[in-house]
Amino acid sequence: MKNETTLLYDGSFNGFLTAVFVAFEEKLHVADIQKNEQGQNGLFSDTETIFTHVEKAKRVWNGVRSKSYNAISNIYFAYLSETEGIEYVLYTYIKKLMAHKGKQSDFSDETVLHISQLARKVGREKHRMEAFVRFQLTKDDIYFANIEPDFDVLPLISKHFRNRYADQQWLIYDVKRRYGIFYNLEGVEIVSLNLDEIHFNRTRRSKAFTDGEYDYQDLWNNYFKSTHIKSRINRKLHRQHVPKRYWKYLPEKKAV
Amino acid sequence: MNFDRLKEKLNILADAAKYDVSCASSGSTRTNTKKGLGNSTGMGICHSYTEDGRCVSLLKILLTNHCIYDCAYCVSRRSNDIKRAGFKIQEVVDLTINFYRRNYIEGLFLSSGIFKSPDHTMERLVRVAKKLREEENFNGYIHLKSIPGCGDELMYEAGLYADRLSVNIEIPTISGLKLLAPEKEHKDFTKPMLKVKNEIVRYKNERKIIKNTPKYAPAGQSTQMIVGATGETDKDIMYSATYYYKTYSMKRVYYSGYVPVLEDSRLPSIAAKVPMLRENRLYQTDWLLRFYGFAVNEILNDDHPNLDVDIDPKLSWALRNLQHFPVDVNTADKRLLARVPGLGMQSVGKIVSARRFRKLNWDHLKKIGVALNRAKYFMVCDSRHWERRDLDADRIKGLILQNSTGKFRNQYSQQLSLFN
Repeated sequence: MKNETTLLYDGSFNGFLTAVFVAFEEKLHVADIQKNEQGQNGLFSDTETIFTHVEKAKRVWNGVRSKSYNAISNIYFAYLSETEGIEYVLYTYIKKLMAHKGKQSDFSDETVLHISQLARKVGREKHRMEAFVRFQLTKDDIYFANIEPDFDVLPLISKHFRNRYADQQWLIYDVKRRYGIFYNLEGVEIVSLNLDEIHFNRTRRSKAFTDGEYDYQDLWNNYFKSTHIKSRINRKLHRQHVPKRYWKYLPEKKAV
Repeated sequence: MNFDRLKEKLNILADAAKYDVSCASSGSTRTNTKKGLGNSTGMGICHSYTEDGRCVSLLKILLTNHCIYDCAYCVSRRSNDIKRAGFKIQEVVDLTINFYRRNYIEGLFLSSGIFKSPDHTMERLVRVAKKLREEENFNGYIHLKSIPGCGDELMYEAGLYADRLSVNIEIPTISGLKLLAPEKEHKDFTKPMLKVKNEIVRYKNERKIIKNTPKYAPAGQSTQMIVGATGETDKDIMYSATYYYKTYSMKRVYYSGYVPVLEDSRLPSIAAKVPMLRENRLYQTDWLLRFYGFAVNEILNDDHPNLDVDIDPKLSWALRNLQHFPVDVNTADKRLLARVPGLGMQSVGKIVSARRFRKLNWDHLKKIGVALNRAKYFMVCDSRHWERRDLDADRIKGLILQNSTGKFRNQYSQQLSLFN
């Protein structure tokens, strides 16, 4: 009997896909797929370190996509959820996809249902970030926003903002994961910053932003308050739609 | 710019616009051309939510709240003693652009009180939209209100710049309209609707031949009705909604529970509660008609002119039509599945795909997300356990109500609460 193998990869999505490729090619019995830094040896399994290989990753990507476009996007979304142990679940999912035609729509299969629900969760967070990003205009003429999403959604929202705000420079920075995306009127690049202060919606003004910026925030707050209909107040519903954890970056929820 | 004055105007004119329910920003696709500003992708985005839980996706304001009419149900009516204000066209444009650039909104919803004449008002609204599109190269969402009684040429022009147009008929019955808005006539409302509908059809046909035909009101039209102001039945409301969906190809009809704002002998008293539960049931019915394949006379007819308050309209229909049930989840037609209480269209889709692989049992259905507390009385699946008792409609209803808690329960429950 062949020994089980734990695959270690560098933590990138391409690295993960390379690991899947290697597992298929060498017909390994995979015990687990783990990020390098968190590698824990199983007692009875060998370990193999995977070196990211874009060509191999691409073959897995294209292979799954040729089966189903939906499935490949589910895989990417679910991967970005950063759930512990997601790599092995995704590996199982890919194996199932390859074994049966149309497997991605078998919602009575636990793995398939789990991945599709997870992808949905990440999709919801992506949509929320498209809604809750609030730009503030800096003196350098850059529209700046910092966010703290539950999942790593920056790669997913980049296209939306690039298409929409094509004529202004903008920067969205993920405070939790310490990287951002910057649009310089030509294209989007990944940046890391040394952010001295995180710009949440406190009342104290920062010198980094233009004066007009706070006037518009003020107008927006006022507008927001005038939209409430007093006789219909339903705070529970309000909190369901705008969960409290997002409030600190929303100017309209600024404590006065 | 004088921000203090602008703030004051914004407060007055946003406050007066908030009773318009529609805040949809979906259904239109505009790509960002020539590195301009904004796009619409067909999927709407709610950028925030009011404290009453409604979506804020557009900057919803009136151009002015001066009005020559005196409609009883409206805050901006002539005889009401309130602060009046009006925006300059450039002010609206600046506000929209600056809010949009900060990702506060999806676009603009511009309505207005009627000053001087309907044509004069509509012309101003169109000018705002035109300026946004042509001078600011703005591709975001624009919703314009069609002013009742305005001319066809203006309606035509409005559709060239706006994504959606709407006229609120407000009062679902003609007799109610005579009572509350005696200065307006029913045909003032329907004339712009008809014009827009015809233009949409014409542009669609031309598009088939010439591909670069410009877009005309790509997100269609919508309208709104006030519920609970004139004593109309649910049947009156839904039949008239169906009429508007059919005759004018409406994208949406909105139902707005009457919020008492003024004391008037013709209206419910100022202390009356907003009929939110009724509004909710009407929306549920609206969804059943549009997505679940129900016909309006199945749900509301002379025997049942009003919707049940304590259960949803689909369950209510099912209880009156027990002869169709139980349904076998593993073989039934999609259309029949959609009629099972507790099954939404999402679940129906998942069931239909999943059952090609194996026969489904209760466990599968539960994981997929079916509301079994209601559904279990109306279906059988691959399991030896199902409802065997010969239950009649009242028993089923009782059991369902016993084993569930609705968010509106306190509004209709007969049971006395221990702690109030």
